[in-house]
Amino acid sequence: MSGALEVRGLNKDFRLRNGMASTVLHAVADVSFTVEPHRTVALVGESGSGKSTIARIIAKLETPTSGHVLLDGRQTPTRATADYRRQVQMVFQDPFASLNPFHSISHHIERPLRIHHPELSTEAVRERVVELLERVQLTPGSAYLERRPHELSGGQRQRVAIARALAPGARFIVADEPVSMLDVSIRVDVLNLLADLQRAEGLGVLYITHDLATARHFSDEILVMYRGSIVERGRADQVILNPQHEYTKKLREAAADPDRLGELRDEVRREMAGGAA
Amino acid sequence: MADRYASIRYLLPKWSGKLGAGLVIVGLISAFGVIAPFFTADPRDSGNKGLLAPSAGHLLGTTKLGYDVFAQLAAGTRGSLYVGLVGGLSAMLLAIVFGIIAGYFGGWLDEVLMLATNIMLVIPGLPLVMVIAAYVQNAEGLGDFARSSTLVALILGITGWAGSAVVLRAQARSLRTREYVAAARVAGESGLRVIFVEILPNLVPLIAAQLIFGVMAAVLGEAGLSYLGLGPTNSITLGTMLNDAQTGQAVGSRAWWWFVPPGALIALLGTGLALVNFAIDEIVNPKLRLAPQAARLQRKATKEGKGVAGGGAFA
Amino acid sequence: MTPPTLRPFDPSTSSGQAKLRAGQAQDRPSSGSVPVLTARNVSITYEVNPPVDAVRDVSLTLHRGEILGLAGESGCGKTTLAYGMNRLLKAPAVMTSGEVVFHDGDGTDIDVGTMDAEALRRFRWSKVSMVFQGSMNSLNPVMNVRTQLQDVFTTHQPSLRRAGRDARCAELLDLVGVDPSRLSAFPHELSGGMRQRVMIAMALALDPQVMIMDEPTTALDVVVQRGIIRQIMRLRERLGFAVIFITHDLPLLIEISDRIAIMREGRIVEEGAAEQIYHAPQADYTRHLLSSFPSLTGARGAFVRGGAA
Repeated sequence: MSGALEVRGLNKDFRLRNGMASTVLHAVADVSFTVEPHRTVALVGESGSGKSTIARIIAKLETPTSGHVLLDGRQTPTRATADYRRQVQMVFQDPFASLNPFHSISHHIERPLRIHHPELSTEAVRERVVELLERVQLTPGSAYLERRPHELSGGQRQRVAIARALAPGARFIVADEPVSMLDVSIRVDVLNLLADLQRAEGLGVLYITHDLATARHFSDEILVMYRGSIVERGRADQVILNPQHEYTKKLREAAADPDRLGELRDEVRREMAGGAA
Repeated sequence: MADRYASIRYLLPKWSGKLGAGLVIVGLISAFGVIAPFFTADPRDSGNKGLLAPSAGHLLGTTKLGYDVFAQLAAGTRGSLYVGLVGGLSAMLLAIVFGIIAGYFGGWLDEVLMLATNIMLVIPGLPLVMVIAAYVQNAEGLGDFARSSTLVALILGITGWAGSAVVLRAQARSLRTREYVAAARVAGESGLRVIFVEILPNLVPLIAAQLIFGVMAAVLGEAGLSYLGLGPTNSITLGTMLNDAQTGQAVGSRAWWWFVPPGALIALLGTGLALVNFAIDEIVNPKLRLAPQAARLQRKATKEGKGVAGGGAFA
Repeated sequence: MTPPTLRPFDPSTSSGQAKLRAGQAQDRPSSGSVPVLTARNVSITYEVNPPVDAVRDVSLTLHRGEILGLAGESGCGKTTLAYGMNRLLKAPAVMTSGEVVFHDGDGTDIDVGTMDAEALRRFRWSKVSMVFQGSMNSLNPVMNVRTQLQDVFTTHQPSLRRAGRDARCAELLDLVGVDPSRLSAFPHELSGGMRQRVMIAMALALDPQVMIMDEPTTALDVVVQRGIIRQIMRLRERLGFAVIFITHDLPLLIEISDRIAIMREGRIVEEGAAEQIYHAPQADYTRHLLSSFPSLTGARGAFVRGGAA
């Protein structure tokens, strides 16, 4: 069974109260796209673009106002079923908040294992937990079992979060800004890990980010979101090197590019010299 | 390596002078209440001469009716602690149910539970307790139980949960939006499991603080009730001692040994519990502990001459 | 396989030669490379148990009118150093050695460390001001913008009359690109970008000679960030202040700074002109840091996932 994860015509409206009146915020407006196995789709946008809302809808933490989430071509019910949760998992943005400070690392990975594979014995579960920890490059796995989240670094916690997402045997991973709260020099490692795992397990990954550069390098397809709608989509290279929509161009121009070293300074100087004093 | 008790240690308060003093006070009083009654004279033996000053025979003198005050004090401490515990525990259980369930589930359940809580909050505490106590104790068919300390404790518990419920609800609502709760739901946990396994452990310090607060409130509430004559007349508690002292004109008779010890013991117990609560507060809000500690460390370092420039650290 | 990263230019090509020449022309020292703030052998320790050496023997010079980028990851000590240079260290931090000297525009040198309280009050905000991390959330939510801006004047320039204050506040908002009609707005009515501009206006209020900015744009959208940075550069040209720009975003620093210092574990690992850091990094850590930022427009190559495009 190797179908795709598809969202079709998703809409999400929020009612904002402003005193007695209320306005409707169209957080997500008619969004449709497909995530296929073995491929990464990047959802790029700034805060307020609706990308996190889409992630929450796919993870069934929110219900859409209209539209559907389809798995293997079939519409999925609004309330998540165990089967859906087994196949679609999520890696959250904040490695410090997505792990419960009270529980051990093994608890975090054991729970999804036990929920979705109740037939496993206690030893089998423990073995799987160690195996998963080593798969995300936390070796030796047994050393991490009884540690608590606050004893681990941000990068290690995010690896635990990835291991937790893989535990049920997921086919699709929604990664909501998985590295934006990590130290700069660890980001590439964690993204490489995700890429390796995708290759090894044939995962379909939805990579949500505001960083164009990593979106370009780690995804096959890029969808650019602005104020709830997809304004541009295409192959990653195409969208970055040859943007069509105004907003994509603006995004590209705003991203830091060291090759334009000193250009902003010169531009400003020219502007000040040419314009009013 | 593996540290199975790390989760327990994570919850425990850090050692400090406050915590030590509080634990010592509460410990001594509890030990007194539990052990001393086995060694004292019979507190209900009125065969002694009345209003004797403290002496070798009667460590704290006697009451007007000839009861040994020390024996009464020991029995009274035990009685007050019992009422405090039962009252505090029952208030805590009700606060957990009303507060955490309302906070986590939200929606109509939250509305209904909060309506009940708000009503309990608005009605003045002591008058409500008085009315209920008076009514229940005069009700037919309860017999001896009507004036027992257990009933009084339960009444105090049933009227005292509302404040804690509000605090727990606020905390549960805040924790509900934490990412690890969302992560647990995405992993497939059911709602009740999320409450008990993910949220409740993080609320334990807060619940402990509320429990201690509840015990204090129950002890003081019982003292108040007894003073008004609505207390557990079948038992001896510190409150009933104070009531007897009042009706026996202890102040007029200058019989300080009769009313000072129970009053002092209630005050000490309250102080000890409050100190322990401060230590627990520092778990819930680590900044309370860290900020003064940080300032102390900085002062110490500059006194040792470690800072350069102008004889001290900056800022 | 790592993704194609920031590629150094190749001086043997003609485009490389053009870049080199352009870089040299741009490198003309602003205001003659006159230092305005010097830190010499500064060490700062957090007196906890065990003590943490947050800043170790750091020497740094900021020149008049330049933008000095201070790059490093979390925990490297850049914020602590900035606080130390400003005399804002919070307990339990203690500066255990070194000195910080401010070279005033009128020629005098001020030792920041030995100032008494009165001199410190005159120094702060009028000679050196600071924009703190996450400061757009530091605005008082119950006071409007006008009141908060005026606060700066009533505190530091009490001689300025009401009319003068009002005029200056409007002028400041105009300077940072906010419509002066927003003076009566409350912080929650402004977007994140606008709030940050108000914070910058507050930092500029007394016309300082140095502005220290700690991650001023990190929490903002990329588009808003560029607007604010452009504004800062315009202001720099106009008012002539120097900036210490602290961030972990090295590509951004390379694009906008004149000079960059890279910090790691309390020490300065490398320091130099932006071009040199980008094209010819000397330290291993600098190279490692540069390789953590995949190039936006560089050659694609076989991208890291090794699958088909």
